[in-house]
Amino acid sequence: MTPLLRMEGISKHYGGVRALEGARLACARGRIHAVLGENGAGKSTLIKVLAGVVQPDAGTIELAGEPIALPDPAAASRAGIVSVFQELSLLPDLSVADNIGIVDPPRMWHRTWGPIDRRAQRRRAEAALARVGAGDIHPLAQVRDLPLSRRQMVEIAKALARDPKLLLLDEATSALTAADVASVFRVLRQLRDDGLAIVFISHRMQEIAELADDCSVYRNGCHVASFPAGSKTSGEIIEMMIGREHESVFPPRPGRASSERPALAVKNLSWAGRLRNIDLEIRPGEVVGLGGLDGQGQRDLLLALFGALTGVTGSVAVHGVPVTLSSPQRTRLPGGGIALIPEDRKTEGLMLPMSVRENLSFAAIDQFSRFGWIDRRAEEAAIASMIRLLGIRADGIDGPVAALSGGNQQKVVIGKWLMTRPQIILLNDPTRGIDVGTKQELYRLLRELADGRAALLFYSTDYDELIGCCDRVLILYDGAIVNVLEGDALTEHNIVASAHNLTAAGAAGAPP
Amino acid sequence: MTAVTGPRAQDARYWLASHRGPILAAALFLAMFAVFVTEHPAGLSGNVVNTAANKGALLALVAVAQTIPVLTAGLDLSVGSVFVMTNCLASTVVTGTPREVGLGVALVVVVGVACGALNGLVVVVGRLQPIIATLATGAMYQGIALWLRPAPGGEIDEDFADFVTGSLGDVIPFSIVVLIAAVVVIWVPYRRSVLGRAAYAIGSSEQAAYMSGVPIARAKFLAYVLAGLFAALAGLLLTCVTYSGEANALLGGSYTLSSIAAVVVGGTSLYGGSGGAIGTIFGAFVLRTIGDLLFVFDIDPLSQPLFLGVVLLISVSLGSFRLLRVKKRLDLYR
Repeated sequence: MTPLLRMEGISKHYGGVRALEGARLACARGRIHAVLGENGAGKSTLIKVLAGVVQPDAGTIELAGEPIALPDPAAASRAGIVSVFQELSLLPDLSVADNIGIVDPPRMWHRTWGPIDRRAQRRRAEAALARVGAGDIHPLAQVRDLPLSRRQMVEIAKALARDPKLLLLDEATSALTAADVASVFRVLRQLRDDGLAIVFISHRMQEIAELADDCSVYRNGCHVASFPAGSKTSGEIIEMMIGREHESVFPPRPGRASSERPALAVKNLSWAGRLRNIDLEIRPGEVVGLGGLDGQGQRDLLLALFGALTGVTGSVAVHGVPVTLSSPQRTRLPGGGIALIPEDRKTEGLMLPMSVRENLSFAAIDQFSRFGWIDRRAEEAAIASMIRLLGIRADGIDGPVAALSGGNQQKVVIGKWLMTRPQIILLNDPTRGIDVGTKQELYRLLRELADGRAALLFYSTDYDELIGCCDRVLILYDGAIVNVLEGDALTEHNIVASAHNLTAAGAAGAPP
Repeated sequence: MTAVTGPRAQDARYWLASHRGPILAAALFLAMFAVFVTEHPAGLSGNVVNTAANKGALLALVAVAQTIPVLTAGLDLSVGSVFVMTNCLASTVVTGTPREVGLGVALVVVVGVACGALNGLVVVVGRLQPIIATLATGAMYQGIALWLRPAPGGEIDEDFADFVTGSLGDVIPFSIVVLIAAVVVIWVPYRRSVLGRAAYAIGSSEQAAYMSGVPIARAKFLAYVLAGLFAALAGLLLTCVTYSGEANALLGGSYTLSSIAAVVVGGTSLYGGSGGAIGTIFGAFVLRTIGDLLFVFDIDPLSQPLFLGVVLLISVSLGSFRLLRVKKRLDLYR
C-alpha cells in the first residue's frame, strides 16, 4: 500500500543556517507517526513545510501518490492537511465558534455566496468541542478571555472540525492538563482507527510511548531512522537524537570554592502557574546553566528575575539583601545590577534603525548624563572601550545597528548591558543564529565576565554549550527544576533524559 | 467559572461582553440626546430631530467608512477627501431628468468605489502602510475635487435633495432611513460574510489569520472598497444638504479626524479585530450631540473643541482598562 504522505529530499536553509537537509518522512493512513529530535533538529520546519507555512528549497511532497505543491496554508488546508501549532493560530478577538468555523463556515441559502449561518456554525463548534472533551467551553466566549490550556483545546477542536485527511500536531499538548491530554489522546486514537494519518511532535517521551505507532528521528536537519514504536528503548532513541561528536571550543572552567555568599539567591519563586517553586543560588564567578526543552519556563524565569513579570511570588536576595524586582528600569540600577541579554535581539534587544552608539548607551545612559543632558565625551570613551572589549566589527559608531552582521548585533546587545557593569547577568539563548567563530568569542567573554566576579545565569537550547560553559546546569520541566547536573553528571545524555523528565534513564544528581 | 443561570442567561452574558462598546455608545448618545431635547427651546419637534439627524448621518457615514479598514488594523486617511470629491462630483452630475439623476447617483457611487479600490490596491499589492498610502491617495482625491470644482457652486436636483434631507411623514428623518438602509443592505451582510469575518481575523492577528488560511489580500482590498463606497454615500448626502459642491480641504480633513474619533468612541479598537459599524454610528451621533448640547446650554462656541477633546479622552481611557490585568509587562507593548 502506498503511504498517504511521502516527503523526499526536503531541504531548507535560512541564510547560512541549515534547517533541513534531504529530510524525508512517510506516513500511512490509520497510523500515528511520532517525529523526534533535539531542539533545532528540524522537526518544526518539516511540519511547517507540510502546513504550507515554509517553502522548501528542494524536495518533493506526494499526497496519496500524487505530487502536490503547498504554497500557502490555505492550499494545505484544501488538500486536507490540517495542523495544530505550538504557537497558537487562534484569533483572540473572535469567539470560539467563529474561530472553529473560520475557514469554511456553514452558509445559508448558497454554499459559496450565502452569508454565514451562525446557528449552524455554533452547532458545529459545540459538536467539535464535545468531541475533544471540551464541552465546558462556551462557543460564544472570546478566545482572548480563555486560559492557555482551554485555547489549546479550541485549537484542536478547530483542526478536527475541518475534517482532515492528515493531521499535524506540533507540541499540541504542551499546555494541556493531564485530563485534557487523556481526552485528546482518546480522540486521536479514534481518528486513527477511522483511517486518518496523524503526525505529531511531542517532547514528552511518555506520550510518544503511549500514542505512537511509528517513529522517525531527526538530527541536525537530517533524517536518522524510522522504526515501529516499541522496537527501541528510550535510551536508544536518545542516543539517536544526540549521536554526534563535538570538538572542544570552550574555554577551561576553573574549579571554585562554594562557600561564598551567593550573588543571587532565589527561594520558592512561582508565577501564574508557569513557574513553580524555583530555588536557585549563583555565587560570584559562577556560570549556571538553564536547560531543558524549549518553553519549559526558562524564558519566564529570566524575565521574572529581570522584573518584567507581575504577580511573581517567592523571595529574591542579591548579595544577601532581599529585593523586589518590579521593573527593568529598577533592576538595572548600579546597586541592583541585573542585566538581561534577550533572546530576540531584533525586538527586545536592539533598536535596529538607531546607531551603534545609541544602542550601546541606552541602558547605561544615567552613567554619563547629567540633568538629562548626555556627556558625549564620556559616552564616547565608554563605547570605545566596550567595542574593544567585545571586538565589535563596525564601520563607525554612528551607523545603524541593522547594517551589522547577526553576530556583531548580538555583541552590541551584550555590550549594551555590560555598560551598566552588572553583577548578575541573565542570558537568554544568546548564541542562537550566530556563526561558530562569534560563538567562541562569546564563550570566552562569558568566562571572562565570571572571572571578573559576575554571576551568570545562562539559558541555552544548545546542550553542548551548557556542558561546555556552565559550572552547573538546572533542568526545567513544566516550570519546575527537575534536576541539577554538575561535574561528571553533566553529560548530554543526562540533559536530554532529564529534559524529557525521564529520571529512570540514568540521570545522576538529585533535585535541589 | 461563574455561577451558571441557564444557557439563555449565559448566552446573553457573552453577547453583552462582545457588544459592550456599541451598547455604551448607544446609552451615552440616548442620555445626551434626551438632555438635548428637554433643554431645547423647541422641544422634540420634527425640525430639531431632522437637523440633528442630517448632521449626524453625514459624520456617521464617513465614520462607518473609516471603521472597516480600522477593523483590519489599518486606517483610511482618505475618507474625508473621497467625501469632498464625491460632493464636488455630485454637484455636477446629479441633475436633469429623473433618469439622469439616477445615473448621476450611480456614477458618484462608482467613483467612490474606484477610489477605495485604488486605496486597496496600494495597500495590498504595494504593501504600503495604510496610513501613508491613504495620506497620499487622499491628497490626490482632494486635487481631483479642486479640478472638478475650482470654486464653490454647482447644483443638485432639488426634488431629489429635498426628499433625501426631508422627513418621512414629518417624523422620521429620511437621512436616518438611508443610514439604516446602508447598514442593513451593506454592513449586516458584510459582517456575516467570509470576507467580513476575515477583516476581523486580520485585525485580531494577521499571522494567525494567515495560518488559518484566511483570504487576507481579498479581505483587505474589500475593506478599502467599502470605505470608498460609504464615503461616496456621505458625499451624496452632503450635496443634498448644501445643494452645492465645494472642494473644501479643511472640511475633508476635519471629517477624517472626526471619523477616527467616532470609531473609537463607538468601541472599535484601533488595533483592529473588534468593534463594528453600529457602535461607530452611535459614536458619530455622540460627537455631534456634544456640539448641540453646548449650543443649548449657551456655552461659548470657542470652547467647543476643548469639550470635544475631553469627551474623546474619557472614552478612549475606558478602552485601556484591560491593561490593568496584564501579567507580563512586555505584553503592554504588543
